[in-house]
Amino acid sequence: MSDAEQPIDPNDANDVREEETVANDEFEPVQVFPESEEMDLRPGSDDCYKCSTCDTECPVAQVDDDFPGPKFQGPEQWRLKRKEDQDIDDSVMSCSNCMRCDSACPSDVPLSQMHNTARGEYVETQMDKLSREYVRNRILANYRTMAELGSKVPRLTNFVMGLDVTKWFNETVLGITSEREFPEFAEETFREWWRDRGGPGVRSEDKRVAYFHGCYSNYNTPEVGKAMVEVFEAFGYEVVVPKQRCSGTPMFANGMLEDAKRAAGINVENFSGLIEEGYDVIASCTSCSMSLRQEYPELFSYDGTASVAAHTYEALEYLRVHEDLEGALAESEVDAGEFAYHAPCHARNQGLDGQAVELLDHLDGADAEDVGPSCSGISGTYGWKDEKYETSMKIGAEMFEHMEAADAETGMTECPTCAMQMEHGTGYEIRHPLEVLADALVDERSD
Amino acid sequence: MAIEDDVVVIGGGIAGMTAALAAAREGAGVRLLAHKESTLRSASGLVDVLGYDADENLLSDPFEAVPDLPESHPYRTVGVEGIRDALALFDDAVGDRYRGGHTDRNALVPTHGGSVKPTARYPASAAAGLASDSRDALLVGFETVTDFDAPLAAAHLESAGVPFSVRGTVISFPGDFRVDAKVTRYADALDADERVEVRGDGYSTKLPVREALAEAVKPHLRGAERVGFPALLGQHRPAEVRESLEAELGAAVFEVPMGPPSLPGMRLEGALLSASREAGVRFTTGNPVVDYETADDREGTDPDGRVAAVRVERNGAAIPFHADQFVLATGGLVGKGIDSDREGVAEPIFDCRVAHPSDRYDWFADDAFGDHPFARFGVDVDDDLRPLDSAGDAEFANLRAAGAVLGGYDLAAEKSGSGVSLATGRAAGLAAAREVTNYS
Repeated sequence: MSDAEQPIDPNDANDVREEETVANDEFEPVQVFPESEEMDLRPGSDDCYKCSTCDTECPVAQVDDDFPGPKFQGPEQWRLKRKEDQDIDDSVMSCSNCMRCDSACPSDVPLSQMHNTARGEYVETQMDKLSREYVRNRILANYRTMAELGSKVPRLTNFVMGLDVTKWFNETVLGITSEREFPEFAEETFREWWRDRGGPGVRSEDKRVAYFHGCYSNYNTPEVGKAMVEVFEAFGYEVVVPKQRCSGTPMFANGMLEDAKRAAGINVENFSGLIEEGYDVIASCTSCSMSLRQEYPELFSYDGTASVAAHTYEALEYLRVHEDLEGALAESEVDAGEFAYHAPCHARNQGLDGQAVELLDHLDGADAEDVGPSCSGISGTYGWKDEKYETSMKIGAEMFEHMEAADAETGMTECPTCAMQMEHGTGYEIRHPLEVLADALVDERSD
Repeated sequence: MAIEDDVVVIGGGIAGMTAALAAAREGAGVRLLAHKESTLRSASGLVDVLGYDADENLLSDPFEAVPDLPESHPYRTVGVEGIRDALALFDDAVGDRYRGGHTDRNALVPTHGGSVKPTARYPASAAAGLASDSRDALLVGFETVTDFDAPLAAAHLESAGVPFSVRGTVISFPGDFRVDAKVTRYADALDADERVEVRGDGYSTKLPVREALAEAVKPHLRGAERVGFPALLGQHRPAEVRESLEAELGAAVFEVPMGPPSLPGMRLEGALLSASREAGVRFTTGNPVVDYETADDREGTDPDGRVAAVRVERNGAAIPFHADQFVLATGGLVGKGIDSDREGVAEPIFDCRVAHPSDRYDWFADDAFGDHPFARFGVDVDDDLRPLDSAGDAEFANLRAAGAVLGGYDLAAEKSGSGVSLATGRAAGLAAAREVTNYS
């Protein structure tokens, strides 16, 4: 949440369900500077009083002495780059976009928004579009495009991606580390499953949600999407799955703001229309919900952006607010055992980091132990980059240790790339809380 | 409408954490809501009870002075026993990380500016630095840690008349850290005792950083029996770091509390967090509480005068958190628990009354260090810490306030911030828990 976000105007036609928004009657400062141009972050930058608390929360600065930290990347960089002859410092590309600095700042400085803006400008104006780094980052950022092709022939793709020669090519030509195993593509995508089952299994006039499945649960872990649908239908919700693009998270992190803007435009258009029909938006990936909730209104101004932000929820959060989820879990039982739970940074930033552990407290036969506040280190595409791999593993080391010390042999998280990192660092199988909930609350599972 | 707890505490500073801890230990189901990471990260880590009286005289025994405080002071509401019980709760929660519990007298702790602060509890890491101790001291600053100018702090201490001789020196922190390295980076290096490159006359060698630091200090020691460093001696293992340095130096080692980001504040945050978690407190952090709901909210009236839920806002959506009892511990003017603009002063969540002169030129004194009315702005409460409206009635039957959101005291001038937070936090937490356990 930041100061520089688009204010929610209750009379704004963008916000189609205004009664649930909170009135913003904050003190309006006297306008002493000329009208600011678009994306001017100066007010946020002036709110920084240099306490440096953000620097103590930055997982990259903690392990990489060359990284100057979020205070520099945000307010300092912003001041510097207002001089026309000043380039953006290339260290901004070492920020992993975990956004932890946002929740560390006692003064509401919109740090991650500044980082995203500076990174976008760096890539746009300073990065060589023919460079290996640019090409590699563009490929990583546009994972969905690759995944769409790859998932058409999942077995072949999985085979090819696992080949040593592929890894060699990726590392030497593209700069994608060969240390990691590519995530396998599912034999059947979530959308294929959804289409084959004939769409919604429940129809309802007043309980309706639109599912933002994101790329990963579509192409790689459709079981998470299926669990989501089945849990919501068990509570009597009509679930719809509109056409959608990538949420934009990997694009923000790589400074590909134009790509993100296109994807956001399609997502906002498709979802805001449904909101007008009474649907709320739910996501099972915390980076996707973070993107729709915070980054869209900070960076884009499509009609409906504010409405989508105000009506997007993480799946468990939505059920907790609207249903007696704790009560339902208290009456259920599973045979799931102990989990080592890691809260993704983007869950932490939304205030959702304690939720999974709290909920499983109520469920017999499942228990989750929080493995601590450390970042997993992979940060989406970050840990896939050859030059960032080592940093990524250093950041993750604390989490690996805590997972191994926990009384569990299975991991749990809401973020697909955190799950990759958890698996990579410990060899544990990783599950999504929704899968455990589906086991507990859904009588007949489809898989 | 299903997120429901017995007690919801709003605010993650000392007052909020103490309220949550006290209530949870009574068996209540407690949730703490905080907008951001705890403001304890910006706190010195010192726990003051009362350092100065109204005439700016240094107090040696804060408890003795409490009965003389004006009636509006929160200490008069909770009483001396309330303060003592709160300190006992604190001592139990932080264990051997803190000192000062052996005496009623204020300890005098040197600050990074070279003044001496009267405080009731201080981190164990600051213990060897007390100004009442007569051992000669050396203060060591680092070229790259610009918040602590050791020679200047030493000169200030000498001119304040401390009963020992004190010198200050500036050295470079051993190893190749970046010139703007974070204090946490130094602390982490000391925790792990990382090996660092040390260059001498025509040679270079690698040493564990604690040893390298001690070696760099030794030539400046010149008989000093204790050595003070800026507070960055370890984040997770401060006692061990200090012991290593003491063994190498043959002198006592202490930390001088620093401004934000403050390692002693972060360690205190960690200690209170684990005590609260252990007691079963649930934490929900990351978004602000902006509003509340009453039981009969749709009609806009509430015959019972009770808060039913508070609303946490994130990008336009409002998430309700229901509870039976609520504690408001959102801080004062600095902590944003009290808000002001040109028209007036307000408590922004519940719109509790904050008494203030209507003419804003009466809010402050002309003298910068004068007796400013704004320093005492906050909510007035009854004997049960419930905020009062203009008629003197409780605003809500189930809302209590604690810490800097309370009016009637000037925490900066009298050095009473943490003590008021502890004492009123505990009292509010206990009162809330009592109501809940009565119910069940």
